[in-house]
Amino acid sequence: MSQWLLLGVNSITLGGLLFLLSAGFSLIFGLMRIPNLTHGSFFMLGAYLGVTFLGLGFDFWLAALLAAAAMAVVGGGIERLLLRRLQGQELAQVLVTLGLSFMIADLCLMLWGGDPIPLDTPPGLGGAVPIASIVFPTYRLAIVAIAVVIAVLLWLMLERTRLGAMIRAGVDDPAMARVTGIRVSRLFTIVFCLGAAIAGFAGVIGGPILSVYPGLDSDMLPLALIVVILGGTGSLLGALVGSLIIGFLYNYGQVLFPELAYIILFLPMLLILLFRPQGLFGSRVP
Amino acid sequence: MTRRLLIAAACLALITVPLWIGNNYYVNIASQILIYAVFALGLNVLVGYAGLVSLGHAGLFGVGCYAAAWLLAGGFGHLTAALIALLIILATSAAFAVLSLRTSGIGFVMITLALGQILWGLAYRWIGLTGGDNGINVPSRPAPFGLSLASAAPFYYFTLIVFALAVASMAVFVASPFGASLRGTRDQPRRMTALGYNVWLIRFLAFLFSGFWSGVAGLLFCYFNEFVSPNVLALSSSAEVLLMVISGGSGTLLGPIAGAALVVIMKNVASAYIERWNFVLGAIFVAIVIFMPEGLVPGSVRLWRWLWAGARRFPVRGGVR
Repeated sequence: MSQWLLLGVNSITLGGLLFLLSAGFSLIFGLMRIPNLTHGSFFMLGAYLGVTFLGLGFDFWLAALLAAAAMAVVGGGIERLLLRRLQGQELAQVLVTLGLSFMIADLCLMLWGGDPIPLDTPPGLGGAVPIASIVFPTYRLAIVAIAVVIAVLLWLMLERTRLGAMIRAGVDDPAMARVTGIRVSRLFTIVFCLGAAIAGFAGVIGGPILSVYPGLDSDMLPLALIVVILGGTGSLLGALVGSLIIGFLYNYGQVLFPELAYIILFLPMLLILLFRPQGLFGSRVP
Repeated sequence: MTRRLLIAAACLALITVPLWIGNNYYVNIASQILIYAVFALGLNVLVGYAGLVSLGHAGLFGVGCYAAAWLLAGGFGHLTAALIALLIILATSAAFAVLSLRTSGIGFVMITLALGQILWGLAYRWIGLTGGDNGINVPSRPAPFGLSLASAAPFYYFTLIVFALAVASMAVFVASPFGASLRGTRDQPRRMTALGYNVWLIRFLAFLFSGFWSGVAGLLFCYFNEFVSPNVLALSSSAEVLLMVISGGSGTLLGPIAGAALVVIMKNVASAYIERWNFVLGAIFVAIVIFMPEGLVPGSVRLWRWLWAGARRFPVRGGVR
């Protein structure tokens, strides 16, 4: 019994990490109409940068924040320098993000080598918390808490600020948003920076659980893709619900049907595509 | 007339490859180019003529590979294995088509990518069926009519025959009314619907055609390597073949063939000097999409003309204004 509960906590933890990854993915998709295929690379590159910052002697959380800042610069740079040149050509943009993902993956392999790098759990969170006779690992609970905090902040930003209102307008109808004087192209850069930063941050804080290895990007990208297809593009709630569903399916599938875990992950996506192509909370078919 | 001469010269060159190229290593590279050319021709049906960009075609290629390898390793004869593999390829293509043709454009890219990843996951994780990372060894190459294909040159000719069939079928397809209606659905899907064409069915059939040749290429690849591993289904494999189609020029008959030759040669040359093939692949991808979206051959011509015109517009005379 306690084993299943523990699996539940692991599922929610993975769900939290996936949410951090797919929130940005979903916003970028909603606003720019493209699946950003470098998003998994942002996650991995962020994690590797975190490794380097930790090696320089920074504190774990500071390293995570620095990695996030660096990824914001990388993401913004990609949007301004490359994707901006191809404005309106969505397919070309997707192909550029695909090409970039190969370049980043190979660059990481070159700089950090091929061996998996485990990250130490930050001090003070290494232990476990006993709750009602079951022992939960503290760090996983901390990840859940962080994910919740970031989710609330993102929600407040989107729903309660001027910037959020502009982003929502851009997601719903970019042409109309432009007409009313919103600089949608600037929103693109902001959302790209934000998405990359959160993904990089998630990469670092996910490090102690997932460790950092070549191929982390192509492990995470399909998950973000399924989450967004499940939840619907441009919807924060959709990303949250989708992430939790995938978190649970991944962990329980891994235990119950180890060989078919990957397939089980994709089943809900197929069902959604067949019966509700706009996603659970989306308003538009991609 | 010159066109016919050129084609005849190309055919002659292709037929005599094992005679003048010398080394078996290069004959094998030529076989690889032909295999990938069949694959790229298959994908080009969707990318070039239907305007549907698939990032999951390595899945169909891999299904051909795995089906044949699994059946052969299970003791089936070559003919039976090949026929069953072709059926499996068609069935998988149909399933891919039904799921992905619910959308077009970016949605299509995403769904095919996800479907390709499913098949990769199956090959990688379903160890009982596929051997996981260890892959499957194929006992022998086929020997049609008692002719052994074990050495490089006979296998090259076998591949060349399949390649010729693929090119011929493409030429017939492009010139056929069906090819015209497919291009119609690419350029004006709504008008085609209004004219009474069943756009979905046209795209579905095109997907089957495309998947069939991709799977046949996979079958050849399985014979070529006598081994299959999940790598053939990886996303990078889908991206590579897409690069072949785009770099050569999609929507043309010769483009994907030129692209396949370019990428295979580059891959072999690059991997001889540097380890970083994936970086090169990504960089070329980005450069081509940004600077020569119409493909390398037409793109270089345009760039050359532009440079030439630029040089004439600003003649170098003493002093800069």
